Amino acid sequence: MLAKRIIPCLDVRDGKVTKGVQFLANVDIGDPAAMARYYYEQGADEIVFYDITASNERRAILLEVVRTVAREIFIPFSVGGGLRTVEDMRAVLLAGAEKVSVDSGAVRNPQIIAEGARAFGSQCIVLSMQVKRGATRPQFPSGYEVMIDGGRTPAGRDAIEWAHEGERLGAGELCVNSIDRDGTKRGYDLEITRRISESVSIPVIASGGAGEPKHLYEAFTAGAADAALVASIVHYGEYPIAGLKLYLSQRGIEMRISQPC
Amino acid sequence: MVSIITIVDYKAGNLTSVARALEHLGQRWEITDQPERVARAERVILPGVGAAGSTMENLNRLGMADVLRRDVAAAGKPFLGICIGIQVLLDYSDEDSARCLGIVPGHVVRYQSSLDGRPLKVPQIGWNRVRQVRQHPLFAGVPDDTHFYFVNSYYPVPDDPAVTIGTGDYGVSFTAALARRNIVATQFHLEKSGAAGLRLLDNFCKCELPQFEA
Repeated sequence: MLAKRIIPCLDVRDGKVTKGVQFLANVDIGDPAAMARYYYEQGADEIVFYDITASNERRAILLEVVRTVAREIFIPFSVGGGLRTVEDMRAVLLAGAEKVSVDSGAVRNPQIIAEGARAFGSQCIVLSMQVKRGATRPQFPSGYEVMIDGGRTPAGRDAIEWAHEGERLGAGELCVNSIDRDGTKRGYDLEITRRISESVSIPVIASGGAGEPKHLYEAFTAGAADAALVASIVHYGEYPIAGLKLYLSQRGIEMRISQPC
Repeated sequence: MVSIITIVDYKAGNLTSVARALEHLGQRWEITDQPERVARAERVILPGVGAAGSTMENLNRLGMADVLRRDVAAAGKPFLGICIGIQVLLDYSDEDSARCLGIVPGHVVRYQSSLDGRPLKVPQIGWNRVRQVRQHPLFAGVPDDTHFYFVNSYYPVPDDPAVTIGTGDYGVSFTAALARRNIVATQFHLEKSGAAGLRLLDNFCKCELPQFEA
């Protein structure tokens, strides 16, 4: 039986981890590779780096980070943020990432999904979507609208329709990030997570709002998610990943518990 | 330990993750698209990301398919296939209706997209348990039912069920790892399966595989 995945997300700017992450005595908490190794050793199933570097000329720094991470951890990791072309994707994948994540760039140019899937396979392409409840236009049937540019700008698209289109274009996974819940620690938006997960045939990653272990339990049950993105819940050291996994597996959720071998 | 592991480059997947894992294990490696080099190799890894059709096209175009059959598989050299590298070992794949290497008799089929009326997501992406249904040196030191990382829509169905050494469960019980004489192969990405995957890779680099049918 396939295990549910826990995926820590690290925001990286100019090659440094930017937020959260205050707890590690012996690790350079700004160093993405050190952080990745820490989460890898804790039992993370996958890691996401989200590059918030503003300028293109600093992009080379990100690639160096990816190369370093790829030498140190032996689980899949993905890189998102600012990838606009197949060449952007290729650079990140050749540097050692397993997957790329596209977001606003894919809303502006949906063909990037198809081109990426053709070039590298669907399993490489994660469509990350920012969704907001209470659509700004009544004609969005799901009641959720897609947002872009860090959740600031309405994209004029219905969330479920965009999920379907992303799947049709060749995305291999969908990451559904709730703008309403992001940073609130009130739990994932279970409604939209479940509705998308049940209407596509590719894995769905819940994102935004995890503050307690029970939120992950809810994402995997009521939310029908295949994986859960976590940030502050793990970055502050309150809930180590190994502890979260134990909590979930004790409640009947299939988890990968890493064993020494 | 052998001096060098040869990784077959067939111009598709990202091969460097296998190389980095070998490096982490202190194992020397080379990546090559030259059939002559593969013919002279000591141990060979056929890694993979990609579809059966394009993989076979590339292997044929590079002149690699015959070398893998004759100078690696039939010559008794230790040979590890990973992901698409397990699937192309068989005779035929439903994916792209591809004629494959025919090194292990059998074929490759797609996972069903529903189970008892409930939808099942295809591709399978994530960590699944592998039951060690046969003892094999590849699994040395790795507990039964350990999780490994899978990304695939198809799985191999060997004609001889005895070649299956590990099974997984995804709607069906499927062959997750197989072994036949000098050939071993896994559906999962052992280079992306954490400590357990590295252990399997290390076992492949070190273990003695029988060259002839037991």
